[in-house]
Amino acid sequence: MSTSSLAASKRNGSALARLITTPTFGPLIVLIVFCAVFSFATKTFWATGNLSLVVQQSVIVGTLAIGQTMIILTAGIDLANGGIAVLGTILAGRLVAEQQNPVLSLLFALFICTVFGLTAGLLVSRLMLPPFIVTLGLLGIVTAITRLVAQGGAFPVTDDLLSWTGNAFAVGDTSITYGMIVMFVLYLLVWYLLTHTAWGRHVYAIGNNREAARLVGIPVQARLLSVYTFAGLLYGIGAWLALGRIPNADPNALQSANLDSITAVVIGGTSLFGGRGSLWGTLIGTLIVAVLRNGLTLTGIDPLWQDLITGILVISAVALDQISRKKQR
Amino acid sequence: MRTDVTTKVTLPPKGTVVLEARGITKRYGHVTALDHANLELSAGEVLAVVGDNGAGKSTLIKVLCGAVVPDEGEVLLDGKPVHFRSPLEARKLGIETVYQDLAVAPALDIATNLFLGRELRHKGPLGTWFRLLDKNRMRREAQHEMDELKFHLPAIDSAVEKLSGGQRQGVAVARAAIFARRLVIMDEPTAALGVRESGQVLNLIRTIRDRGLPVILISHDMPHVFEVADRIQIMRLGRRAAVTTPQKNTMSEVVAIMTGAARGDEPVEGNGG
Repeated sequence: MSTSSLAASKRNGSALARLITTPTFGPLIVLIVFCAVFSFATKTFWATGNLSLVVQQSVIVGTLAIGQTMIILTAGIDLANGGIAVLGTILAGRLVAEQQNPVLSLLFALFICTVFGLTAGLLVSRLMLPPFIVTLGLLGIVTAITRLVAQGGAFPVTDDLLSWTGNAFAVGDTSITYGMIVMFVLYLLVWYLLTHTAWGRHVYAIGNNREAARLVGIPVQARLLSVYTFAGLLYGIGAWLALGRIPNADPNALQSANLDSITAVVIGGTSLFGGRGSLWGTLIGTLIVAVLRNGLTLTGIDPLWQDLITGILVISAVALDQISRKKQR
Repeated sequence: MRTDVTTKVTLPPKGTVVLEARGITKRYGHVTALDHANLELSAGEVLAVVGDNGAGKSTLIKVLCGAVVPDEGEVLLDGKPVHFRSPLEARKLGIETVYQDLAVAPALDIATNLFLGRELRHKGPLGTWFRLLDKNRMRREAQHEMDELKFHLPAIDSAVEKLSGGQRQGVAVARAAIFARRLVIMDEPTAALGVRESGQVLNLIRTIRDRGLPVILISHDMPHVFEVADRIQIMRLGRRAAVTTPQKNTMSEVVAIMTGAARGDEPVEGNGG
């Protein structure tokens, strides 16, 4: 067994190297640095109330970014997720405003969001259309449907079920919303699926080398379809979280969510070329953007700098990915 | 010691015919790619299939691995006729194919690649209800198989992209060897590799043969063919022109039969092509 003992010694020797090359290591350092900088710059940053706010502000994009991560891992992209979530909020909001059963209204909104995910999945997997174009088209379609359903108005939400995700309980003096719990549970669930089931292995393999995945007998079409459909369901849950955060179904809300979710995934170290990355990286990426926005606001810096710094982060993350991929060749 | 990954059947004694193709014909419009081609693969041998471009060797191999359905003729596995409509059906009967273009997922580790599409789950409720993968068992069995194949690789959980081209192809070949129960087909496995890297893969082919699995090797590379083949089937104009051994004929004689400059033991009428 000389080979395996050799392999074992190699493994131990590179423990530090492994930590550094872990895809979430870089994003984690960036998050820690930002937190450190803002805790020196403002007194209020570390206040528990403020930290709770940062997480609350990340809940919607953080959840949309779970679906986005799965899709980007298959070497796809989703430009419609924010649009689908807004449609979900409008559907649930309007139905409840018209005195429909809240449970059924919410389920209907989740169902419609899932159907849009399924539609994207069918077009991408069966017709082999580029995900970029499919979701760009779907964004236009869902935005139009949203406006048709909303009929120029917004729907204030007073129902307890729809706004439940915004309810909070206190742990010490930190306020925790149910929305945060929902998001963390979803992260745990999808992390498990991606890393501990054959389905997750297949998602990575399809994004990494689609032809190889097909040749070893992975049902590529079925896997892609399941990824997009599941992502659609997650966008529906994102809609529910949005209603909890701001209990008003507004067709003009979440305008930047599509791109914000891509930003979170990319800053989190997942490769836009597919097959590499981690879901925890996406959570860290979401928090990096939220901490940046919050910290700059607290320090009284012009909000324009937020977008500028986020832009630099995105380009740096993609550049790093590109360089490391070239090295592997 | 075999692992429980594959349900290994007892391999037939050396010399018995494992796979036989009789009178295989395949036409694409006016082009006859295969014209009543034959092939026999015996247990425990490496059979090289050589031929010029267009001689029909790729089409014949595609028929054997299920990628192409022939117009005429029959394929027999262990003497029983089989009809493959897809590579998956051939695989279910124990025929694994290695393709020339390195069919691995580079970002995933060696053990994951070996078990890709055939992952092992935990036994008990964790596996059946929660679909939990048994990563340790896959790593252990992957390492065990690699040791058995005497193929040296870095840590079994390192990413395939960290390997050399020869080692990567080694992973693809090992995957086929682990899961094949009847035979392994290799389509130009060394075409993308350098001299030293090809040597690693050729060694692996010999090890697989010595463990009892017969191998069909398609190659353009005469030195490689002469290095590992027990028998050489020469294709010409869609038919078998000759079956020889590296001992009976020299490389230039084989090339002469391939191009029609010399007659094989099953002459094919027609001028060079």
